[in-house]
Amino acid sequence: MKRPLLYLLISAITLAAIYPILVVIGISLRPAGSLYSTSLALIPAGASLEAYRVVLFEKPFGRWLANSAAVSLLVTIVGVALASTAGYAFSRFRFRGRTVGMAMFLVTQMFPATMLLLPLYVLMRNLGLTDSLPGLAVAYSATALPFCVWTMKGYFDSIPAALEEAALVDGAGRFGTFVRIILPLSAPALAITALFSFMAGWSEFIVARVVLSSQELYTLPLGLESLSNSFQTEWANYSAGAILVSIPVVVVFLMMNRFLVSGLTVGGIKD
Amino acid sequence: MNGSSERSLPYLFLGPALLVMLLVVVYPFGYNIWISLTNMNLYHLRDPTFLGFEHYRNILGEPELVAVFIKTVLWTVVNIFFHVTIGTALALLLNQEIRGRSVFRALLILPWAMPQYITALTWRGMFNFEYGQVNLILTEWFGFEAIPWFGSETWAFTAAILTNIWLGFPFMMIVALGGLQSIPEEMYEAARIDGAGRWQRMREITLPLLRPVMVPAILLGTIWTFNNLNVIWLVTNGGEPADKSHILVSQVYKAAFTYYRYGYAAAFSMVIFLILLVLVIVYMRQTRATERVY
Repeated sequence: MKRPLLYLLISAITLAAIYPILVVIGISLRPAGSLYSTSLALIPAGASLEAYRVVLFEKPFGRWLANSAAVSLLVTIVGVALASTAGYAFSRFRFRGRTVGMAMFLVTQMFPATMLLLPLYVLMRNLGLTDSLPGLAVAYSATALPFCVWTMKGYFDSIPAALEEAALVDGAGRFGTFVRIILPLSAPALAITALFSFMAGWSEFIVARVVLSSQELYTLPLGLESLSNSFQTEWANYSAGAILVSIPVVVVFLMMNRFLVSGLTVGGIKD
Repeated sequence: MNGSSERSLPYLFLGPALLVMLLVVVYPFGYNIWISLTNMNLYHLRDPTFLGFEHYRNILGEPELVAVFIKTVLWTVVNIFFHVTIGTALALLLNQEIRGRSVFRALLILPWAMPQYITALTWRGMFNFEYGQVNLILTEWFGFEAIPWFGSETWAFTAAILTNIWLGFPFMMIVALGGLQSIPEEMYEAARIDGAGRWQRMREITLPLLRPVMVPAILLGTIWTFNNLNVIWLVTNGGEPADKSHILVSQVYKAAFTYYRYGYAAAFSMVIFLILLVLVIVYMRQTRATERVY
C-alpha cells in the first residue's frame, strides 16, 4: 500500500476509535447553560471545568473512590497471590485432578453472570452479608481468578524447568524457588494478572448493583451511573466523573502496553 | 525432601485458590441447581418448596426462548466477526514499518482500556434521539433522518451491537499483534526469494501462523460476548423498548433482580450454561482448540 494512503487510512480509523472518548471530554467541559446542546463541536463554546469541580467537591466522589479502591486492591491481592500459586501447581506438577481442575477453571468462564450471582446473593441475604464491600470483593475474586490462573500457568510453562532445578539441587525448597526464581521472571504475567484483577473490581457494575444498596457503600460505577440516570441535569457531571475514573486505568493500561502483547499471547498457548 | 511431601506439594500450591473457588464457585453452582428446582422468589426466600423440573419445562416450552436464543447467537456472531476482522486488519496495518506506530497502537486500545460501563453509558448518550452525536452526525453531515434508536427492537439491538464492536476490537488486535510478532522474519524472506507475492505471503504464512493464537482468543471472546450483560443492559437501559432487546443473559438478569423470580432465573441460568457448553464443545472439536489451550 502507498504510504500516504496507509497513513490516511490508519488515522481515519484511529479517529473513529477515539471519537466517543473525545465526545465525553467535550461534554465534561460544557458550561452549565448549554447541556441541551446540539452542537457537534468537540470543545464547546465557553468551555469550563465547572463539572469537574461539582463532581469532586459537591458529589460523594471521594467516598466512591475510596470504596472502589478498597475493593479493587483486595481483589488484586487475592488474585495475584492465588493465581500465581495455582498457576504454578498446574504448570509444574502432574497430579491427580489436574486436568479436571484446569477444565473447571475454564468452565466457570461459561457461567452466565446470574449463575453465581443469584445463589451468592441469596446466601449473602440469608447470612446478612449483602451490602458489604468485603462481600463484593469475594464475588469479584471468583470472576477474576480463572482467567488469571490460566495466564499465569501459560507463562510459567514458557520458563525452562532447568532454571529452578539448579536452585532445587542447591537446597532451596520448592516454595523458596518459586518465590526467588520463578516470580521475578514472571513480571509480565504478574502485571497482567494484577491489571485484570484490579479492573474486575474497578470497572464492575452489574454485580455491585445487586450486592450494594446503601449509598455510602457505592463504588464508582454505581455512583457514576446514578449521575447518568438524570440525562438532562447531570450529563456534564457524569462525563467529568467518567474521565476522572478512566484516567488511572488508561494510564496503567498504556504503561503495560508492552506486556499486554507478550502476556496475552503466551497466556493461552503452549509453545 | 521425602516422597509424601513432594506428592502433597501441588495441593499446597493449589489449596488457597481451590478453597476460594469451592466457596464462591462450586458451592454456589450446586446451590443454584437446588434453587432452580424450587419455587424460591421474594416471598419464599427462606421457605421455598420443592418443585422438581417445573421451571425447566416452562422455560423450554416458552415460544420466546428460541427467538431470544437466535438473537443471542446473532449478537455473538456479528460481534466476534467484526472484532476479529477489524482487530486483525489493524494489527496487519500496525505491524508495518510506519512512523508513530506506538502512538496509533496506544490510541487504538483506548476503547478497551475505558471501563466497560462508562463506554456503554456514553454510547447510550450518543444514541439519544435529540442530543446524541450519532443522530446529529447522521442528520447534519449526511442529511439522513434521525433514527429512533430506542424506539424499536431492531434499532436498540443495532445500537448495542455497534457499541460492543467498538469496545471489543482492541482485544483481538492486541492478540493478533502478538501473533504477528512471533512470526520469524526469515520465513517472509525465504518466501520472497521463492517469488511469493504479497497476497501469497499473506495467505500462506501470515494467516496460518496467526491461527493458533486467534483460535483460543476467539473461543474466549465468544464466551465473553455470549454472556456479555453489561453492554446490552446499559445501552438499552435494561431491555428498552419494553424488554424487547434482551439476549439470554440480560433476560435472566431481569427475571432475577427486577422480578425476583429466583427459582425460574436459576433454572434459566442452567439452560444458558448448558447451551454455551454445547456450543463450546462443538467449537473445540471443530478447531481442536484444546490442543493449544492445554
